[in-house]
Amino acid sequence: MSYTLQFGQVTPYLGYLAGGAWLALQIAAIAFAVGWIIGLFCASVLHYGPRWARLPIRAYVVFFLNTPLLVQIFFIYFALPDWGLVLESYTAVAIGMALNAGAYMTEIQRAGFNSIRREEVEAAETLGFTRIQSIRYVILPHIARVLYPPLSNQYIILTMTTSIAAIFGVEELTGRAYNINAQTFRSLEVFSIAAVYYIALTLIASAVLYIVGRTVFRIKGSVF
Amino acid sequence: MGALFEEASRFFTYYNLIFLGQAFAYTALLSLVGCLAGFCFGFGLALVRNRHIVSFAPARYAAVLFVELFRRIPFLVLLMVVFFGFQLAGFDASMFTVAATTVALSAAAFSAENIRAGLESVHVNQWEAAEAMNMGGLAALRRVVLPQAWRVIIPPSMTYAVGLVKNTSIASQIGVLELTYAAKILNQKGFSAAMCFGTILILYFVLCYSLNAFAAAMERRLAAPRHR
Repeated sequence: MSYTLQFGQVTPYLGYLAGGAWLALQIAAIAFAVGWIIGLFCASVLHYGPRWARLPIRAYVVFFLNTPLLVQIFFIYFALPDWGLVLESYTAVAIGMALNAGAYMTEIQRAGFNSIRREEVEAAETLGFTRIQSIRYVILPHIARVLYPPLSNQYIILTMTTSIAAIFGVEELTGRAYNINAQTFRSLEVFSIAAVYYIALTLIASAVLYIVGRTVFRIKGSVF
Repeated sequence: MGALFEEASRFFTYYNLIFLGQAFAYTALLSLVGCLAGFCFGFGLALVRNRHIVSFAPARYAAVLFVELFRRIPFLVLLMVVFFGFQLAGFDASMFTVAATTVALSAAAFSAENIRAGLESVHVNQWEAAEAMNMGGLAALRRVVLPQAWRVIIPPSMTYAVGLVKNTSIASQIGVLELTYAAKILNQKGFSAAMCFGTILILYFVLCYSLNAFAAAMERRLAAPRHR
């Protein structure tokens, strides 16, 4: 059997796909922002909080790290309505991704907190810094440099993960690729173009994150 | 909550347990085959990329290109490309082959990076010393570099393998009868979504948690003894 690739039939849809890419970026940004806040909260509790509060948070992190995101979203989307919580597919995906990313970012930020040395804080105290000042001038700059590379890596992974939203009928990049496939039957062409879009998206994100890391946080070396 | 307990007696029947057990084995098998094939492929890529072994620069660039491109494609999209690629190339491949190929391609790209990092963790002097003793690239790799690099390669590769086990859930999209698809079938048979997906969440957790624990134990054992 021979098959001729016909990219010409897909080119009218390139703009439509680009719109999907924009939606994918939005989902990734929401999941990242919410996940980052969850991660920051959980990591602070794990590091500074009371013992009784640590156990549920450890359970949350361990559970979300060891189960597939797809099944987590299936549970949120299909099982929660049994208890009266009906979510739109977009919302269910965003919540699932945020909870999942939160678990990963808890681990990342916990490692960041652990990297602060007691000597640094003591040195700041010796110099007469107040608690706020030592956080502002000593701890934050240190933590930002340690956390920036793994967190930007996480953002790139999230951008790729958004493709799972297509399974729930969200019309982001992959979802739109499914639509075009249904209209043109040019399957291989459509999905390879979608793959190229993802490659371009993550390459651009990597480049931007690299430049920001270079100029703002003075981090040497590459990001992802 | 009470309804769930009532349903459990209907859900955990002999046939459903066999069904889930088979699906569990299928998930494990798919991950194992895909990871092993992908690791071997990734190892090859990392070697081609290494300038001590391959002196032909275009081959090195091709390996870099493959890795950089394939690790930026989401699993679902790659699955679709492989699925339609097999179909249009005229191979009558089973769904297992399609899914395992996708896992392998994705694993290859990521493990190539891990292996490259491992090989680079060995100081360049070691390569040069081996060369000075008249070893070729491959001999130096086998006798000098790999024995030191394994410790660095294995732990992150294991962690990544656990990630792949989780990714195989996406293979349910093309109808591979692994855990997620099994849960969807049971759900369509009328069992509640909470029961079906809750059960496989626990099964996935058991699989991934034990693999992660194994990886952590391995990492502790392999940790390079600094003060001997």
